[in-house]
Amino acid sequence: MTEGCPKHCILMCVLLISGKSKEAEIKRINKELANIRSKFKGDKALDGYSKKKYVCKLLFIFLLGHDIDFGHMEAVNLLSSNRYTEKQIGYLFISVLVNSNSELIRLINNAIKNDLASRNPTFMGLALHCIANVGSREMAEAFAGEIPKILVAGDTMDSVKQSAALCLLRLYRTSPDLVPMGDWTSRVVHLLNDQHLGVVTAATSLITTLAQKNPEEFKTSVSLAVSRLSRIVTSASTDLQDYTYYFVPAPWLSVKLLRLLQCYPPPEDPAVRGRLTECLETILNKAQEPPKSKKVQHSNAKNAVLFEAISLIIHHDSEPNLLVRACNQLGQFLQHRETNLRYLALESMCTLASSEFSHEAVKTHIETVINALKTERDVSVRQRAVDLLYAMCDRSNAQQIVAEMLNYLETADYSIREEIVLKVAILAEKYAVDYTWYVDTILNLIRIAGDYVSEEVWYRVIQIVINRDDVQGYAAKTVFEALQAPACHENLVKVGGYILGEFGNLIAGDPRSSPLIQFNLLHSKFHLCSVPTRALLLSTYIKFVNLFPEIKTTIQDVLRSDSQLKNADVELQQRAVEYLRLSTIASTDILATVLEEMPPFPERESSILAKLKKKKGPGTVTDLEEIKKERSSDMNGSAEPASVNSTPSPSADLLGLGAAPLTNSAPPPSSSGSLLVDVFSDSASAVAPLAPGSDDNFNNLSVKTEKKPHAITFSFVPAYSMFVCKNNGVLFENQLLQIGLKSEFRQNLGRMFIFYGNKTSTQFLNFTPTVICSDDLFLNHFLCLNLQTKPVDPTVDGGAQVQQVVNIECVSDFMEAPILNIQFRYGGTFQNLSVKLPITLNKFFQPTEMSSQDFFQRWKQLSNPKQEVQNIFKAKHPMDAEITKAKIIGFGSALLEEVDPNPANFVGAGIIHTKTTQIGCLLRLEPNLQAQMYRLTLRTSKEAVSQRLCELLSEQF
Amino acid sequence: MQFMLLFSRQGKLRLQKWYVPLSDKEKKKITRELVQTVLARKPKMCSFLEWRDLKIVYKRYASLYFCCAIEDQDNELITLEIIHRYVELLDKYFGSVCELDIIFNFEKAYFILDEFLLGGEVQETSKKNVLKAIEQADLLQEVSKFSFSGQSISMVGCDLKKAPVSLSL
Repeated sequence: MTEGCPKHCILMCVLLISGKSKEAEIKRINKELANIRSKFKGDKALDGYSKKKYVCKLLFIFLLGHDIDFGHMEAVNLLSSNRYTEKQIGYLFISVLVNSNSELIRLINNAIKNDLASRNPTFMGLALHCIANVGSREMAEAFAGEIPKILVAGDTMDSVKQSAALCLLRLYRTSPDLVPMGDWTSRVVHLLNDQHLGVVTAATSLITTLAQKNPEEFKTSVSLAVSRLSRIVTSASTDLQDYTYYFVPAPWLSVKLLRLLQCYPPPEDPAVRGRLTECLETILNKAQEPPKSKKVQHSNAKNAVLFEAISLIIHHDSEPNLLVRACNQLGQFLQHRETNLRYLALESMCTLASSEFSHEAVKTHIETVINALKTERDVSVRQRAVDLLYAMCDRSNAQQIVAEMLNYLETADYSIREEIVLKVAILAEKYAVDYTWYVDTILNLIRIAGDYVSEEVWYRVIQIVINRDDVQGYAAKTVFEALQAPACHENLVKVGGYILGEFGNLIAGDPRSSPLIQFNLLHSKFHLCSVPTRALLLSTYIKFVNLFPEIKTTIQDVLRSDSQLKNADVELQQRAVEYLRLSTIASTDILATVLEEMPPFPERESSILAKLKKKKGPGTVTDLEEIKKERSSDMNGSAEPASVNSTPSPSADLLGLGAAPLTNSAPPPSSSGSLLVDVFSDSASAVAPLAPGSDDNFNNLSVKTEKKPHAITFSFVPAYSMFVCKNNGVLFENQLLQIGLKSEFRQNLGRMFIFYGNKTSTQFLNFTPTVICSDDLFLNHFLCLNLQTKPVDPTVDGGAQVQQVVNIECVSDFMEAPILNIQFRYGGTFQNLSVKLPITLNKFFQPTEMSSQDFFQRWKQLSNPKQEVQNIFKAKHPMDAEITKAKIIGFGSALLEEVDPNPANFVGAGIIHTKTTQIGCLLRLEPNLQAQMYRLTLRTSKEAVSQRLCELLSEQF
Repeated sequence: MQFMLLFSRQGKLRLQKWYVPLSDKEKKKITRELVQTVLARKPKMCSFLEWRDLKIVYKRYASLYFCCAIEDQDNELITLEIIHRYVELLDKYFGSVCELDIIFNFEKAYFILDEFLLGGEVQETSKKNVLKAIEQADLLQEVSKFSFSGQSISMVGCDLKKAPVSLSL
């Protein structure tokens, strides 16, 4: 054991620890602080040793949890000492206790600069550690340019390289704008080949972080990472010497390499791809081998690599075989005796459930997961089980899962009840085959966990009952029965009051639930309820006046009573007065109009979903939603993508009881019209305005937000087809983000401006849009479309818009559109979405005017059957000649008038410009108004071009 | 990794390392909350929990809790082994490390941590290399003027791998 603190310090430690009480400790410390302060202030200059001693004491006192507000200067002085220990303690003090005193930072930076220049590896190490520990912007300004040089210099020692890599990483995280990209990046990538595994480990962390934001620049790291990984996983357990950890070769490095690969789609090069698949298979195989050691460290390290490999498999989402193997492996872990593994298996399976290839395989584990919900002793594990059940739920197992969740809710921990309630409500609505089941489920929710049923949930059940007349009678009967319970939750009174007020008449025929019985039942709960509920019940009573004229006088008596008319609460009093008046003066007809049944609510995104998203952070819910939606069309269309534009909380304040101003919620009866309906239409109109450009096309767009930031999922639905004939507009919009486009094209070149608008009031962090050219954009390994993008600022303020320019060069004709992938962090969750960028072949059209004679001459020249592509299709839009002309011009070709002998037909001509060649194109569109059909014929000198243009243009009519 | 905390069973913070910029107030709040949450958990429970938007990975060694906060996409199991490797490093350096070693030689605990983890990422996983770096630094130290006998400590010292030993002197 070596000597650490000076003796005094240790003695003090002992004293402090042995202090009898908190007061004694504080007294002792204050005395010591006073002593140190006087030493520092004293006339006598302290020698280095004493300074170190006192600085060390201060540190110790700080670490005991006391505030330290002096000594910084002395610590900075220690930095310039030539004695290693003094320097070391100085740096430690700065690292632990730095404050943003700019005067001091300059001095610190100076000392660091000297140490970096000293070429003494130990001093350099200390200085780099200090930068990495503090990582302030001032330090980034001073050193971000210098550190890359140290990192890639040939004569830098390995240990310094390691520190420099992670130091740079820290600076890049705090101030990415200050770290200049340059020549050094390619040399950093080659550190993946370094002989020293420690250097590789540090470099991999750095590259991963840099690659997340600059994928293009670090693309070459993919093949290097794969080959490094392959060497590690196939090595014998002793090959890597000290980097083998409990018989697992380099587990930390393996995990990091697998993380790095998750920044990219599956490798394009088949050889690399094959090698990676081999690696992943080897890792999966190793999981089945008997353990080489009984130590938990061995299995942890091995499984850490395995879980990371599974994350990569899920991220790639392209190898069904691997996905299913991963699922089976996780299935084994679900029953493992280690709690940690069960937890991780549940967590990992959650993401696996959203992959098309493995969703079914995940479902086979339902019994195990349900069992986990019942038997796990740790709430955090049960929480994972709930999440997984939610993720694996679909129509086939919804009833079982909802029943189990309700079951669990009875005993669930209070901390997770609300979330379970929301999940049950969502699943019940989404997979309701039969709405009576839905109504039962929600009433059960209120019964079991009424306190945790938020207003979104009970608003929603009312919306659904109102919108579906097949369930209204059942709902009325069920709430009536539920209200019989002597103690029922206030939320049930609200739902009951509302539903009976609307549909009480449907069960009034039964003498057991006659109007008077219904009224008395509700009124028996009245006095136990809070003001908002009472207000709601008063509205129910006035509705009863209309539904059941026979009990009008009973109700009027109640309204007239002092406790109502003279109620201290102004809202209740106003309602009582107005309703009483209304019931007295209005004729039956007027009453019937004013108090008629609520009109159906506009369909929109379930507000419960919005709530869950808010609760769990935006990314976590959507993925499941979107996936499920693809699989089974939603029964009541409550989650149509178009409706995502609705206001964040469309929870239509049903009766204006919420935060709405009181005057709004109860207009005087004299203003007549529709009292309740009016209130409703207020909130409905708040939902109505859709964002500009919410074109039909958006319905085709599928966005996936994933919990894992790099789980890129491409949406190959032609959402961009509206851009085929135009260059500007809104490409994408959801609750968070709007993407607008402006573009111009000339010959084979183009430029596109992408505008990203942050619709929220919160900053987007790590905002990283990336344009990805898929494999289809390669022809014999040459890119058909050359795109250059400029990086954008990684933070987008709330309400702000940033612009990105894409320069486009069409090298040769192409089919697929490039993909725009956007990743960012919003309120703690990663968002990841991909849309197709509407760069289509026709953008490179130059129109060509020609005479009728020329046209037909060329038409005949292109008579080879391969050059012609024809499509006959039904009109999707009204067949309007003017619109059609505009579309053909928008498509890019010239519209040739008086060429076709039939004036109803349209012909066009143009040349597609690519870098390598020019392709002449002729087109003819023949509408058949009677059949509402079109025949489109394309003739070009190249078969693929004819094909592609025909596809693109056919979509437009 | 966003931060690492070491605290005793009594809830006393023994070491704190922050890899993200936070105000002192925020740090104190986080520490208080986490110490409470972790101490409330039973021994056989799982080593991971969700906390705010972070994942907490913790493990108890004798009287000390080692607790790391990692981000959503980070690997829990490998973090557990980061903790273990750090304990191994301390153990090797101090020889049967105990809570008191960390209290008395807190600066060594920090130096070892800096050699092992930097900026929240693993810098060097080889035990040999980390300890070599620390020993080299030790060689640079001037000859100690005071020699402190480890005896009194080792009497109360506890092996972190053995049953917890009360540290109230």
